[in-house]
Amino acid sequence: MNGPLKRAALACLLMFGLLMLNVNYLQAVRADDLRADSRNIRNFFDRYEVERGRITAGDKVLAESVDTGSNDFRFERRYPEGKVYAPITGFFAPESERDMERAKNSLLNGTSADLLIRRSIDLFTAKQTKGANVDLTINPKAQEAAYKTLGASGKKGALVAIEPKTGAILAMVSIPSYDPNPLSKANKAEVNKAYAKLADDKDQPLLNRAIERTYPPGSTFKVVTMAAYLESDDTLGPQSQVDAPQLLDLPNTTADLPNSGGAACGSGRVTLSFALERSCNTPFGKIAMDLGYDAINDQARKFGIGGDPLAVPMPVAASDFGPEEDKAALAQASIGQRSNQMTPLQMAMIAAGIANNGVVMKPYLVNKIADSEGGEIESADPEEFTTAISEDTARKLQEMMINVVNNGTANAAQIPGVTVAGKTGTAETAEGRDPHAWFISFAPAEDPKVALALMVESGSAGDDASGGHTAAPIAKSVMEAVLGR
Amino acid sequence: MSTPSVEPVPLPAKRRLAQLAMLAFAVVIVMFAYANVGLAIDKQIPSGMLTYGLSLGGFMLAAYLVLARFAPWADPLILPLVTLVNGLGLVMIYRLEQAKPPAYGASPNTQLLWTAVGVVLFSVTLIVLRDHRALQRLTYTAGAIGLFLLISPLLPLIGHSENGASIWIKIPGVGQLQPAEFAKLALIVFFAGYLVAKRDVLALAGRRLLFIDLPRARDLGPILIVWGFSLGVLILQKDLGSSLLIFGTFIAMLYIATQRTSWVLIGILLFVGGAILAGMVFDHVYARFEVYLNPEDPKLFARELGGSEQLMQGLFAMAAGGILGTGLGQGHPEKIPLAISDFIFPATGEELGLTGLMALLMVYALLVQRGLRTSIAARDPFSKLLAGGLSFILAWQVFIIVGGVTNLIPLTGLVTPFMSQGGSALLANWILIALLVRMSDAARKPPPQAIQDEGMTQVFQR
Repeated sequence: MNGPLKRAALACLLMFGLLMLNVNYLQAVRADDLRADSRNIRNFFDRYEVERGRITAGDKVLAESVDTGSNDFRFERRYPEGKVYAPITGFFAPESERDMERAKNSLLNGTSADLLIRRSIDLFTAKQTKGANVDLTINPKAQEAAYKTLGASGKKGALVAIEPKTGAILAMVSIPSYDPNPLSKANKAEVNKAYAKLADDKDQPLLNRAIERTYPPGSTFKVVTMAAYLESDDTLGPQSQVDAPQLLDLPNTTADLPNSGGAACGSGRVTLSFALERSCNTPFGKIAMDLGYDAINDQARKFGIGGDPLAVPMPVAASDFGPEEDKAALAQASIGQRSNQMTPLQMAMIAAGIANNGVVMKPYLVNKIADSEGGEIESADPEEFTTAISEDTARKLQEMMINVVNNGTANAAQIPGVTVAGKTGTAETAEGRDPHAWFISFAPAEDPKVALALMVESGSAGDDASGGHTAAPIAKSVMEAVLGR
Repeated sequence: MSTPSVEPVPLPAKRRLAQLAMLAFAVVIVMFAYANVGLAIDKQIPSGMLTYGLSLGGFMLAAYLVLARFAPWADPLILPLVTLVNGLGLVMIYRLEQAKPPAYGASPNTQLLWTAVGVVLFSVTLIVLRDHRALQRLTYTAGAIGLFLLISPLLPLIGHSENGASIWIKIPGVGQLQPAEFAKLALIVFFAGYLVAKRDVLALAGRRLLFIDLPRARDLGPILIVWGFSLGVLILQKDLGSSLLIFGTFIAMLYIATQRTSWVLIGILLFVGGAILAGMVFDHVYARFEVYLNPEDPKLFARELGGSEQLMQGLFAMAAGGILGTGLGQGHPEKIPLAISDFIFPATGEELGLTGLMALLMVYALLVQRGLRTSIAARDPFSKLLAGGLSFILAWQVFIIVGGVTNLIPLTGLVTPFMSQGGSALLANWILIALLVRMSDAARKPPPQAIQDEGMTQVFQR
């Protein structure tokens, strides 16, 4: 019987051989697909297995991972400051993440190649690897002041504040905002429901108005037109005279360009400073038509408009001066209408460039990234973005913008003891809707610590004075917060 | 001076000390694994580790002592190998219970208790059954018991069905039992006894057709009866696994007894015919084939009854384990349906990886090899067939269930021997091991030494 027994033994060997081959085949060939399969719930658990790094600003913790002790979803992402910082932090949903959570995901979750050394040390010391902490440039006082005062207006809007000398973003507010906490739970169904509700909201709380959308900048764009004019001729200054008719004839159209409310602008021949203070339309329309499309567009490009798309590190929507059409279109674009579209961040960069004597610094949000033990991985290195105007032109513009605040449409932005420079704006949008109110400013003018742009959707009753009335006090509170007043 | 030097007959070594050392090694591995689970889940050595380790060590020491006393010549590897697999099963069930939320039904303490009872039955078998050939006298009794146990789940009052399969009986006050596990032992005893008696006629009668020897039509009776019973189990109890297990083992034993390849071919033909028939008639059999061929199909994945989800969850788990595994306590094996029973192999694969699975398969293969070695060394046909049948059924069962959960063959539910949670299988398998140990003792025991210099002895030779 030993013969067939030996063959039976061979059969058993064959069976075990097949089983062993098959488990190897499974690992060598099929495992990658199985691991990537969307039905493999482990992919989903992995997101919650690591203690993600914190996102902080100053002494505020904006996002942190809390150990829930659960086996499946160990760490839950929490946002103690909720709505105020949501457009910056974003959220950490079961299958996706947004904004800073997305832009710095590999560092926050510890998988980045930059954390290789840390991971190796953790491996040897048997410590669980944690993600790196991301510290933002945001000034919590300014951010909170902006959220509070802009929120108090009851309107939708956005504000960006920049440190002119570095480009560090000090505040970035978008209203209405959303609470990232319910979007960062591990329960997919609940998160999807909460997300769908926000996505369907007609007020678009998920939209970061500061960088993800462009608006016509209105009269705030006049500083760019003015810059182009001053750059075109060194002899020009705040006191140079320009024509300021009540109506500017737009060639090849039946329409005329009026001043705001159809009012006269001084005596019809005014200084540049006066034109800016009163935000007259006709002199700027005329200047633009005289200089031509290329001059204005080049100046806009020098401020960073229409160049390479920015990332702060979240991608920023492209601002655009508009295509070359006819003179009438140019006149309108030069006062921030027509196809002229700017993000609030872009307008803040313009204000910051003027404040920083013509040099626009590249805006950024991340101040420092350090591993879980505090070892620095990267830190901000302020970078010149463009040189928009000469120092001389910058001084002249600063002087005129100071006058706007002291004598013009933006007197609500005055801060006792501090020289504030600014420019209001009113941007016509759709027929029958109140125009957007804009304000760009910086302070102190002689040693700028903060430059900002602020936009309130439908925040103006129709003229710059009313827009300034809405926007300037908000800007003032933010500047005061930065300056520690 | 004048006495011729007599070459002492070399005795096979008992290797009792080596066995004790290997047994201790197996228990130490299991204790480390247990500590590993605790450290990974709670960051501390589990408080019960000592009790747990001491109990397992204690049981195995008891089994060892019984073995050393009652079967001293037994193969030294069998007990340590079983201890290792049984212990790893206990660790996996403990680990599945520690998951948050725990895997459904995981109960390591009950399993530890069943292990103890298993060791008791192992000991009792060794003590009571001094000569396994006594079983040969019980051939037809064993056959009757086997059949009764097999059909008992269908009987009123005690029968009980769960998950669509009627494979349970309920005994008031004791709990549930899966009689098929014991039936397979009784049936193997029956097959061995029956085939030893009939092997000559089954082996020799018949005529040659082309290149194979066909048996006579009237000798087809036994194989057809077993085939019919297997189909009955499949149809009435919806238990694909046991049906395949019993039929396959019968064919293997028939082949070992008769040396006739034609039996294997007839068996395979009958099996394939039966499978095709069952596939056409029964949706649940057809569903297994569909799932086997295309487990990734989203439609099959989503199908509630007979879908591929549980198979895929097992494959996901093994893929997650990779080469070295996530480490005990660090994966998510509790997400596999039936992780404590049919799918304990993929659950182990997730945490111990390909490496762990290869080692585990190797341990099973070694165990089977020791059994088959016993069979080859056995001195009488009944022992050879019994040991061969018991070893083969172990290998065959591992092949069916592991092949099923790893998508090598269509999945049919069976327990993974010694690992899956469940008292019946554990007890039956411990008895199986006791029988193998008993037979290996008999096989390795040196024959009584002939007394030399006896003077004139008349030797008769037949």
